[in-house]
Amino acid sequence: MHIHKYERWWLTFGVTMLVFFLSLIAFAAFADGINPPSDMQQIDPTKVSQTPPFDRPGLRRKPDGTYEAYYVAQVFQFMPSRLRIPAGSTVTFYVTSSDVVHGFFIPNTDINMMAVPGWVNEETHTFRRPGDFLLICHEYCGIGHQNMFATIEVR
Amino acid sequence: MSESAGMRGEDRIVIAHVYTATAAIALGAIFGVFQGFARTGAFGAPGWFDYYRVLTMHGVLMALVFTTFFITGLSLFVTYRAIPRERSLAAGWFGWALMLFGTVMAALTILKGDATVLYTFYAPLKASPWFYVGATLLVLGTWVVAFEVFGNVNFFRRTNPGRPVPLVVFCAAATFVMWLIATLGVIAEMCLLIPWAFGWTSGVNVMLTRMFFWYFGHPLVYFWIMGAYIIWYNVIPTRYGGNVFSDALTRLAFIMLILLSTPVGIHHEFMEPGISSVWKMLHAVNTYGVAIPSFITAFAIFASFELFAIKQGRKGFIATVRALPWNDPTFSGAGLGMILFILGGFGGLVNASYSMDMVVHNTIWIVGHFHVTVGGPVALTFLGAAYWMIPRLTGRALWQPQLALFQTRLWFFGMLIMSFSMHFAGLQGAPRRTAEVGYMGAGAANAWQPLMLLAAAGGFFLFVSIMTFVAVAIGTLVQNERAEYAAVTFATPADGGLTTPAPLQHLYRWGVLAFIFAVLAYAGPVGELLRNPGYLAPGLRTW
Repeated sequence: MHIHKYERWWLTFGVTMLVFFLSLIAFAAFADGINPPSDMQQIDPTKVSQTPPFDRPGLRRKPDGTYEAYYVAQVFQFMPSRLRIPAGSTVTFYVTSSDVVHGFFIPNTDINMMAVPGWVNEETHTFRRPGDFLLICHEYCGIGHQNMFATIEVR
Repeated sequence: MSESAGMRGEDRIVIAHVYTATAAIALGAIFGVFQGFARTGAFGAPGWFDYYRVLTMHGVLMALVFTTFFITGLSLFVTYRAIPRERSLAAGWFGWALMLFGTVMAALTILKGDATVLYTFYAPLKASPWFYVGATLLVLGTWVVAFEVFGNVNFFRRTNPGRPVPLVVFCAAATFVMWLIATLGVIAEMCLLIPWAFGWTSGVNVMLTRMFFWYFGHPLVYFWIMGAYIIWYNVIPTRYGGNVFSDALTRLAFIMLILLSTPVGIHHEFMEPGISSVWKMLHAVNTYGVAIPSFITAFAIFASFELFAIKQGRKGFIATVRALPWNDPTFSGAGLGMILFILGGFGGLVNASYSMDMVVHNTIWIVGHFHVTVGGPVALTFLGAAYWMIPRLTGRALWQPQLALFQTRLWFFGMLIMSFSMHFAGLQGAPRRTAEVGYMGAGAANAWQPLMLLAAAGGFFLFVSIMTFVAVAIGTLVQNERAEYAAVTFATPADGGLTTPAPLQHLYRWGVLAFIFAVLAYAGPVGELLRNPGYLAPGLRTW
């Protein structure tokens, strides 16, 4: 099949660009461990309020000085609705849903994940500076979806 | 060959498809403009206003009904005109009737408030079973049209042994080969959801329904884009007297779209639990691959422009752009759509980029992205193509061509304003699919609230543009100014002397290979979900 010279150049340029971008993504994934959240833990969503650690949602300090934050998403609220985090701390957020699919999104951070009933999801972020952050549900979950948000104070 | 009176029956089928699409985009625009203003929070919405019901209607009408009816109408039109023969009209009418029946059934459940589940209908949100049944019938109706197109391909091959299927019909048939493979996903999902919604099963595997949805949901966007490509390759060159750049490369682009459109859907699920990173990475790589046929298309379209300009004795970029018929509404729609697609393509690569999707996932950036893809190149090309088809179907001159031209330009500017505001608001963190995004005056929300006003203004221009389109479409139908049109012809290749290699003339074999690709891409992640079924959700009505 005849392919015009310029078209060869153009496709070579395009494919090279794609390979370059993919290499950057792969490097970030394998060298720096930057992957989307893919937690495989399961949970019975009808028993979230009895299942530790989700029976007491909130912040836990680990022996190594980092934190774990356990959240339950349910129509139309997050528990806890308010969380205070010391500035400079690294926090791993764990979230599950006890009813429908919700979103778990903190604008201006790396925290962006889905909360699916039956599953736990997790992501880690370091809050370097003090400030107020908004935690919002960014997946439509019903009539009160726009009211489903919480606040995080970094002090 | 001139148009014979015997063809009129076929034309009535196409008119039915195209005007159903017109009704869908008109209603969808009314729902859309209300949403844009409600979302700003600046205009007190009346108490009866139900944002999510309106959003469900807008999404279903625009993404599933307008696009689908236009592509079925377009495909039947090009097939009927490129392969003239005595034919039964039963399949064309039956497909249309089944699609319409399903659409009306689903639309009524939404309007009643029994299916406020948005166009993605994610379980465990549980709609009226008739919503799922209606959507299934809409899909099955498209299968009838698909087999009508395939039947004509087979007829042509039988009666013209050794000759390649006309390029435009090849493109239309390739679109439906891809569509058949893709819609298997939504049919599989419906096999889980319909018995569940009727109460015959007690629960569904939520992640499995989402995976089946996106097996269908991403190739759905390639269905739209292939519809636009049919027009870009085969119709647009005839508007300026040019040629399609290459027969072989056009077929190659469509074959690549058959192969690569489906094994990519998990890039919509990057942020979800229960799917291993390896499958997410695999689908990210495949998504990059499906950009290649779009690179081929970009080259072919611009090469066609330039070859035409050179034939006119013009050289250089500016001279080439000026040689094109920007005052022709059909060309204007497609040409301005192509400019929007360049922006859409860049954004798409960001979304596909695995970890980078964390920045934009489920923000209004995504809404900006699909409005500058399906709402830009696709819809604008379709509206422009309607200005070419409708006069040839009805034998009437286009009513107010200046208004049609104004419509395409207004759309372009409205879409630029709306889409840019949405992209930037998304980067600030504004979520999609949310009735109000003020969050009681929280600091982060202040960054995106002004952009919501700008987006609403862009949406208002789009609304006016669609109403203008509807006026021209209906005006053409009811006025009495007859016009004579030469037989519809499609672009011939510039490299006319070269023969297209035999493998690029196959359709169904590539379809089988594409299905194998899709199965391979999904066997791992679906198997993973089946091994960990966990909780089966009984379903909830949270609206």
